[in-house]
Amino acid sequence: MEIRSPAFKENARAALDDPQLRHALEHVKSGFIVKRAMAAEALPEFEKLRDSSKAIKDETLANLDKYLEAYETKVTESGGHVHWAESAADARDIILKICQSVGAKTVTKGKSMISEEIELNDFLEGNGVQPVETDLGEYIIQLRGEHPSHIIAPAVHLARSQVEADFRRVHTHLPVDRDLTEPVTLLSEARKVLRAKYFQADVGITGANFLVAETGTSVIVTNEGNGDLTQILPKVHIVLASIEKIVPTLSDLSQVLRVLARSATGQDMSVYTTLSTGPRRAGDPDGPEQYHVVLLDNGRSSMIGTEFQEMLRCIRCGACMNHCPVYHAVGGHTYGWVYPGPMGSVLTPSLIGVDKAGHLPNASTFCGRCEAVCPVRIPLPKMMRHWREREFSRRLNPATQRYGLKAWAFFARRPRLYRLATSIGIPVLSLFGGRGRFKSLPLAGGWTRHRDMPAPEGRTFMQEWKQREAQKQGARI
Amino acid sequence: MNQQTPQSRRVGLFVTCLVDLFRPSIGFASVKLLEDAGYTVDVPMAQTCCGQPAYNSGDREDTIAIARKTIETFEDYDYIVAPSGSCAGMLKKHYPALFKDGDWAERAKAFSAKVYELTSFLTDVAGVDHVDVVHPGSVTYHDSCSGLRELGIREQPRKLLKSVDGLEIKEMPESDVCCGFGGTFCVKYPDISNRIVEDKTDSIRQSGAKTLLAGDLGCLMNMAGKLQRQGSDVEVRHVAEVLAGMCDTPAIGRRKD
Repeated sequence: MEIRSPAFKENARAALDDPQLRHALEHVKSGFIVKRAMAAEALPEFEKLRDSSKAIKDETLANLDKYLEAYETKVTESGGHVHWAESAADARDIILKICQSVGAKTVTKGKSMISEEIELNDFLEGNGVQPVETDLGEYIIQLRGEHPSHIIAPAVHLARSQVEADFRRVHTHLPVDRDLTEPVTLLSEARKVLRAKYFQADVGITGANFLVAETGTSVIVTNEGNGDLTQILPKVHIVLASIEKIVPTLSDLSQVLRVLARSATGQDMSVYTTLSTGPRRAGDPDGPEQYHVVLLDNGRSSMIGTEFQEMLRCIRCGACMNHCPVYHAVGGHTYGWVYPGPMGSVLTPSLIGVDKAGHLPNASTFCGRCEAVCPVRIPLPKMMRHWREREFSRRLNPATQRYGLKAWAFFARRPRLYRLATSIGIPVLSLFGGRGRFKSLPLAGGWTRHRDMPAPEGRTFMQEWKQREAQKQGARI
Repeated sequence: MNQQTPQSRRVGLFVTCLVDLFRPSIGFASVKLLEDAGYTVDVPMAQTCCGQPAYNSGDREDTIAIARKTIETFEDYDYIVAPSGSCAGMLKKHYPALFKDGDWAERAKAFSAKVYELTSFLTDVAGVDHVDVVHPGSVTYHDSCSGLRELGIREQPRKLLKSVDGLEIKEMPESDVCCGFGGTFCVKYPDISNRIVEDKTDSIRQSGAKTLLAGDLGCLMNMAGKLQRQGSDVEVRHVAEVLAGMCDTPAIGRRKD
């Protein structure tokens, strides 16, 4: 998808001016946060599970090559095929070739952010294969020609009335006087329309929440059951997953699953947790004839061994964005690429370059709420700071910021000069602060555009303190 | 337990640059609270800023230079106390991470162990459980992010406030949500910062309290500036001013009539 991250500020302005979006984002704030807090509260060992989930992912990343090879061996043993895709283009080509090998006209798709990352839908369509998204949110997004604004709730930026309008625009074969005023009516209409698509599809493509090295199993969690129909009904199932989705064992999987849904939606478990190992075996009542796994790197392996390795622990629960005040203010599309919110602010620069995504790690107040709720304890603010360091050392941030900072640091490193400058400057500034605050102030337009600037009380604390100490001394003599 | 009397224990006050420049009364209130708790307070002149503007802008070199100066200036004190969760968090949590190993890493670690935010020092170290002051009226307390999430400060200021005669705490919804200040964030992304602080002032108004308190001057200036731009008459003060009974100074952003 087109990278719009460099226009972050303009995107933000437009988002802030959108009253409908503001209304939609209220749901993120009120819904997800309370539900996660209740789920965490209800499970006494939740914090311990976060620790063990972190440890599981750390162990995986420390031996990623070993686990990936073990996984491949098991997939092959079970009759499946593993395809290694170094880049997005590689992954697209591999998937298209599989589709063409069975003469596929339509493919159904379960929810996959990796699919967004490699822009799979446009590519398939351009090559005569019609992709059909089956997750309700993704389906809506596809109808609108948009991209997800949230990694687990792709259409969270929309109002029900907008979805109704889209359904009436597209589902023209249904009676015009049907009632679509309740969310559940929209859901059943989508279900009805999609049901037919499952049976037409030649190939089903799903993502994977986890890949289990021990057994060669791919795992998806959904709330709608659409993923199951996508992967069981067509004759070919393609799993599209990035390399860091590995967990070593089924026992590890069961631990990480216990923090995933709780962190994401506040559910104990998602409604469907589906494990797939290889194609249909003789005697199986259902399942695909072919089972393919496309393992995408796309820059991830270069994060191993760097200060960004911990980002690869991410299990895509979305808790960081659900708790982020910046996400609440501007929504997911503002970030300008696939992954929004704090996890995106760390991951996106790794995948598309900090020269393009530089705004993302900067647009954080470092309030730390993301790290506080991350189920695998990724130090997101710390890593955003690392991106700022890379940016600073490559001189990518604006010259005015750099010079301003350097000028300030010159004084901050020299206490005597600092004292001298502030003891002159501050009383003067205070003198001009007639009513105790400034409505506008040169060089502080960013502040005073939206708020008053409190004026200094008078002299600096250090001036006053010195005087007080001198008086004390005098009194003693 | 404690071999020395508090009087023989010396606290180096890390004033913080904002308090030094914008609101000395918070510094004096801090000194009073620490002295009332029985400590000898010193204010070394060689301090400037904790270095966060450089640190959070990716400028490691200047951050390390500032950190070394601060450690040198304060490491001989028994305690280093700051009337700010953000600056105390920088000194306590981030300074040790700046030095990989060797002498400076050791010094940063030893220094870090002695650093406290003011209300946390008073309750957790000095064992203060009440203050002898009167402050009639209702207050609401904003939990600044670094203090809350880096240092775990939540109950400490409330515990002390509850002992103030005549004071009523009216909690605002989402007191733990960022006010949108974020240091340089508020001037780099003013429009986003504005939306966040608008939400915060909504919460403040919902509390119905007459006075807004917090432990960090940066956040307080941000919220005071927004409240005043909106024409609100909520008074904004640092928690230390109320706890020290030093509210003669006009509230933040106000002047004597």
